[in-house]
This record gives sequence, C-alpha cells and structure tokens, in this order.
Amino acid sequence: MDHFPGNWGRLRNDDYDAYGTFPIPHRPSNAPKDTFSEGVQRTQQPIVTGTSVLAIKFKDGILMAADNLASYGSLARFKDVQRLRPVGDYTVIGAGGDMSDFQYIQSLLDDLVVEEFTSQDGHNLGPKEIHEYLSQVMYGRRTKINPLWNSILVGGLKDGQRFLAYVDLLGTTYSADTLATGYGAYIAQPLLRRAVEGRADTLTEEEAAKILEDCMRVLFYRDARSLNKYQIATITASGVSISDSKALETSWEFAEGIRGYGAQTQ
Amino acid sequence: MFRNTYDSDNTVFSPQGRLHQVEYALEAVKQGSAAVGLRSKTHSILLALKRSTGELASYQQKMFRIDDHVGIAIAGLTSDARVLSNFMRQQAMSERMVFNRPVPVNRLVSAIADKAQWNTQEYGRRPYGVGFLVIGQDQLGPHLYEFSPSGNSYEYYAMSIGARSQSAKTYLEKHYETFMDCNLEDLIRHGLHALRETLQQDKELTINNTSIGIVGPAGAHETNVPSDGSFRILEGEVIEPYLKTMIAKEGETGTAAQPPPATGDEDVQMAE
Amino acid sequence: MNPMNTASHPQQRQFNPYTENGGTILAIAGLDFSVIAGDTRQSEGYNIQTRYAPKVFRLTDRAVLAVNGFAADGNMFVKKVKQRLEWYRHAHAKDMPLHAIARLIQTMLYARRFFPYYVYNILGGIEDDGSGAVYSFDPVGSYERETCRAAGAAQSLVQPFLDNQIYFKNQQPALGTSHPAHLPLPQVLRLVIDSFTGATERHIEVGDGLEMFVVLAKGHDLAGLEGIAGLQEMSTKSDGERIFVIRRELKKD
Repeated sequence: MDHFPGNWGRLRNDDYDAYGTFPIPHRPSNAPKDTFSEGVQRTQQPIVTGTSVLAIKFKDGILMAADNLASYGSLARFKDVQRLRPVGDYTVIGAGGDMSDFQYIQSLLDDLVVEEFTSQDGHNLGPKEIHEYLSQVMYGRRTKINPLWNSILVGGLKDGQRFLAYVDLLGTTYSADTLATGYGAYIAQPLLRRAVEGRADTLTEEEAAKILEDCMRVLFYRDARSLNKYQIATITASGVSISDSKALETSWEFAEGIRGYGAQTQ
Repeated sequence: MFRNTYDSDNTVFSPQGRLHQVEYALEAVKQGSAAVGLRSKTHSILLALKRSTGELASYQQKMFRIDDHVGIAIAGLTSDARVLSNFMRQQAMSERMVFNRPVPVNRLVSAIADKAQWNTQEYGRRPYGVGFLVIGQDQLGPHLYEFSPSGNSYEYYAMSIGARSQSAKTYLEKHYETFMDCNLEDLIRHGLHALRETLQQDKELTINNTSIGIVGPAGAHETNVPSDGSFRILEGEVIEPYLKTMIAKEGETGTAAQPPPATGDEDVQMAE
Repeated sequence: MNPMNTASHPQQRQFNPYTENGGTILAIAGLDFSVIAGDTRQSEGYNIQTRYAPKVFRLTDRAVLAVNGFAADGNMFVKKVKQRLEWYRHAHAKDMPLHAIARLIQTMLYARRFFPYYVYNILGGIEDDGSGAVYSFDPVGSYERETCRAAGAAQSLVQPFLDNQIYFKNQQPALGTSHPAHLPLPQVLRLVIDSFTGATERHIEVGDGLEMFVVLAKGHDLAGLEGIAGLQEMSTKSDGERIFVIRRELKKD
C-alpha cells in the first residue's frame, strides 16, 4: 500500500502540488527553470561531413592530403572546402567527420596560437604540443558525452623532429609513419604501408607526393563520398605550405566493358 | 603598530607615491637567510644558507623542487613560500597535462609575479612576505630569475636575496663576467664564495647549513643524475667536496665591504 | 548509418564513449624481481591503428604499470597516476611504495565507478621488503596481489598457460620433489616471450612488438640480463631498485 496520496494519481496539473501531499523529497520542484535547459543540443551524429585524410612521413618532413568535399549525407554539398589547415609555424591538421566541429576546433587552435604568439618569449607550440592539446580537448568532450565528431591527423616538424599522429572523437591517439582516417584507413592505409614502411627516412618529397596522389585516386574510385579535387600539405624545415586544389586524372574507360554500367543493348 | 600614516593598507599610496606595505614585505625578504643564484652557459645553480633555531633544532628548508626542470630557493616567510611553490607545481603539472611539455621557466615566474602584483593592488589583501630565486632550463637553455613580493621578476646572470645579500651581490658583480664559461665546480665555488659573504662574524659554511640546487648536466662529484640534468638539491655529506674547493678569504674580515645595518628609508624603520 | 530516414523510423541513438583497442599485457613476480610485459599493437576492429603504441609504463624506480582496454582511457589514467605520484614526491621527498600505489589505483578507479575507465591494470614492481610483486585490477578497482596475471584480448589464451607453468596446475612433482615457489629470471623471461609468440599466433589483436620491463630488487645482480640484446636501462639511480626494458619483434600479420 502506498501511503502517499500524492502518488495515487490525480486528474490534472501534476506540476503543482497545491495540497502539499507529496513527501518533501518527492515534491515536484517549482524552482524557476532555465527556459532552454531542455534545449541543449549535443552532437549525436555528424551532419556535414568530410571523408578521409591521408598523411605520411618522408625524408624531410610530413605530407598530408585531403579532398575538398563536404557532404550532406550522400549529397556532395560543398565542393571547395579546405580540410587541411596550418596551425602555427610548424604544424598542419587535417580533419574528417563533422565540418562545423572542425571549424570550432580551428577557432580553438587559432586562439591558442594567438595567445602563444603574444607572449613573445621565444617559446612556440610545435606539432607535439598541439596534438597533446587537441587530444585533451577531444577526450574531455567525449567524457562529457558531448563529442567533437572528427578524426584528425596532426603533422609537423620542429627542431628537426618529424611528428605525425592521430586523434578522434573518443580521444583515441596513436602515431605511425603512415596514417589514414575514415575510408582511407581501409582502402589507402594498406597501400601507404606497402609504399612507405621502412622507407620513411629515404623517400623524397616527389616520391611521397606520388604515393599520396595514387592513394587519393584509388579513394576517389572507391569512396562514394570523395571528390577528384584535393590538396596536399607539405611540412618541412622551411615551413608549412598547403597547395592549391589539384584535379585527379582518372580514367573510366574500363566502365564501358562492365555490364549494366555503359550503354548496353541487352 | 603603525609607523606611518599611509602604511595600514597596501592599496593606499603615500604622498611620495609609495606603497609602504609592499616595502615592508620586501623587508620580510631581507629578514630571511641569504640565497645566491648563478648561471653559466650550461648550468644554473642556487646556494642557500639554512638557519636553525638552536643546537637542538633542525635546519629550515630553503630549496624546493617545482618540476624536473625547475627549482627555487627562498628568503622570507616559509609558509608563504609553500603556498607559492605549490601554485608553481600546479602550473608545471597542468602544462605537462595539457601540452606534454615542461613549462617555460619565464612563464612560471611571470605567473607568480602576477599573483603577487594582485596582492599589492586589491583591497583587503597583503603582499607575500617571501622572495624567490628561480632556476630552470627549457628550450632556450638555463635560466635564473628573481621574484619579489612587489610583483617584479627579472632574469639575471647572478643574483642574491635575503639577509646581508648585498655583500654577496658585491662579490657577484665583481666576478659575473667569468661565470658564463665556468664549469659546474667553478660555478659552485663562486656561489659558495658569494654566500660566505653573507655570514655573520665567526660563522662558516658547513655541510649542515648549506644547500646547493643545480640544473644542468652532472658534475665531476655527482652520481645518479638523470641524463637530462634535471633539478636536484645537494645537502649534507655530498657537498663536502665543494666546500673543500673554497679558497680562504684574505684576512679575518675580508675585502668585501660589510653593508651598513639596514637603516632603510627615512619613513620606514624596521626593528632589528 | 543512414541519418536520412530518421523521420520515417524515429530512433534513439546514443554516442558510445568507449571502444576496445586490443592487445595483451602480462606480469610475473619473482622472489626479488618482477617482469611486466605488453605487446605494442593498437587496433580497432580489424584495423591495425599502429604497430607501436606502448601499454607498459615506468611509474617510479620500482613500479611499472601496464594498461589494457580502451587506449584513450588508459593513457589518461596513466597520466593521472603519474601526476598523483609527482605530488607524493613533492610532499614526502621519496617515491610512493608499491602497495600504496596499488591502493591509490584502486581509489582512482573506484572514483569513476559510474563512468569507469575501461581499462584493465596490472601493476608490477618491488615491495618495501624487497620482494617481487604483481597487483591486478578490474576496471572499477577490485584488486589483489598475485604471482602472475595476464589481461586483455588474449587473457584467455595466456592465463591457463601461466597457471600451468608458474603455479604448476595439473602437474605432479616427481616423487620426493616439490614444485619451486619462485622461478629464476631467465626462465620467467622465456615464459613471457613464449606467451606472447603464442598469443600472436592465435589472436589477431596481438602482435607487432613486445616490451618487457624487468624490475630488480636493490642489490640484485643482473642475473643473466647482461647478455640480452636490445636491453635498455630505465632507472634513474644505480644503487637502488633497477628497471630495464627488453624489446622484441612479434609477427606483424
């Protein structure tokens, strides 16, 4: 038997306990509510998304590549988006996943770089520090169940040290000579490993660029959320440069021979 | 209690444009036993004179480790020093947590200087009664800073704080140009000579009353120093070899001028 | 994976803050030494993320911690433990004793009882009395001191092997003899290496590289470590407990 009349059910207006029939801990709260407290939005899924980012180490630094597409579901929505961005003088980050979250991350990093610059004391943030900071931000947000929905590569070179590492929406981190996010982890990573593993200290920039271009082409053939327009970021001792958008040379002649693809009579 | 019209509250200027409470705080630093700091191209070192309240008591701790790459020597109120050094440790560890790097030494010193400045400006607060010598090494090499309760911090080739530190300063000013190329043993000998100048008559530096703090590669008498030359404090037996390298002063009183007893400025009279 | 048809089928999807990153860890305590080992592969599903991500960390000159499970939680947890040990050093001017680190880890894990660090910890090292020790933990802090423990992806492959070879389970001693209570260091190292080569053969998430930390009690001789290739000393002092790392390649397929 429930001895609290307040729990017996009532006809209407459950929000206001006019007769004080609830025991105090069970009484509905009449405290003022924040109007928007139930309207807080957390990212539960990415909306406008970028696909893979690839990066490898080579003799003199790091090379990173990403295409210029931001998709809205299966719609190729924005076709001139920069997914590679410089951070400070020694670092490039490249992001897949939600592009609005990525833009927010860029603003965080820009603030950080400005703050570091204004101290003017000869200390600068290198790729190692930026990756650690990003990891803390990403892990902190996942711990609040409010993730920044990205997988990000951080590449750079400072004091003669190459650095290449990954961080994602869970705060998972790792580093290797070749890295790829998104579909690239399935399609490009095996190709990159075959081309780079054991040769990261001897590859020239041209060879490295060729490897990345070949992988971007394979991704364009196989990844339906990719684009044949991409950029390459180069980080060497002479600094950071991000190329203009390049077009991928592709050939679809083989399609003619595939049943159900080209013009067929039966 | 009050010695002046304008000294009861640190936020009120005197007509001469001075903050008396802040100046009293600087006096508190001068009450503490002396600490000396020196820097070479490879090392920064601290030397400090430990006091004990009597034969039966232990010696007061004068040096604190902040992080692998930073350490401090203090003069003044030890309790204030503990608060500030705790803050410095927090800063150092949060830099490691967020950026995975040792905190740049100048930023650590600026951080406590900013804290100290706030105490000279806001109503209802009091300045810290302690001064620091901070040594550390970072990407730019070894450093030596002085921090004082007025909220000032400066970088130095060599510096001393605390009781009779003027005598040590006189020694340092005479020799500092040679410090940059000194090896660790010579640097420590200079430091001991400077620290000796702060001693009272018929007192001498012993393994019990002297502390040496070092950042930089291991010296000839050192064992078990990590390869990165992180901060370590030498006390007791291990400083014997360094004390032995000291060269006796000429004559009993020495050539360095004894400073006049701290008379201070006309409107600040500190009790002895 | 199709965000477009939520209107037709309203569905509740929750962000999952955890993942599993594979790998295996293992520790064995000797009479006056202890060995803590882990492979270096980090994976997610069928993807090898990297072939070198350390899972075993030196905490002090006599304590080593191995973490396995969700890598991001593991790294953060190790970082926090290290910072707590640094505060201990500041306060007491010495390293925290092993049994105290074990209790600290329990407290830190249980503090997150309702949003756990998804990590299995094994702590190994030397106790104050000079004995080798291994402590194993579950993700919310239950712990016990043991002689040996395996955890992670290949726990179910390695632990029975250790039960047989270290605790001599299902073995009868020859008539008039008894099983040794502790094994010598070279034999323990052989068992560790065999455990990992075996796990690498039979488990897809184990492989690439092996890191074995050896902690020797104060005054312990190197006991055959001298000749080992790729030995690296990690201790800061030569007159206290000493820590060494031995690295080995494991198959990468």
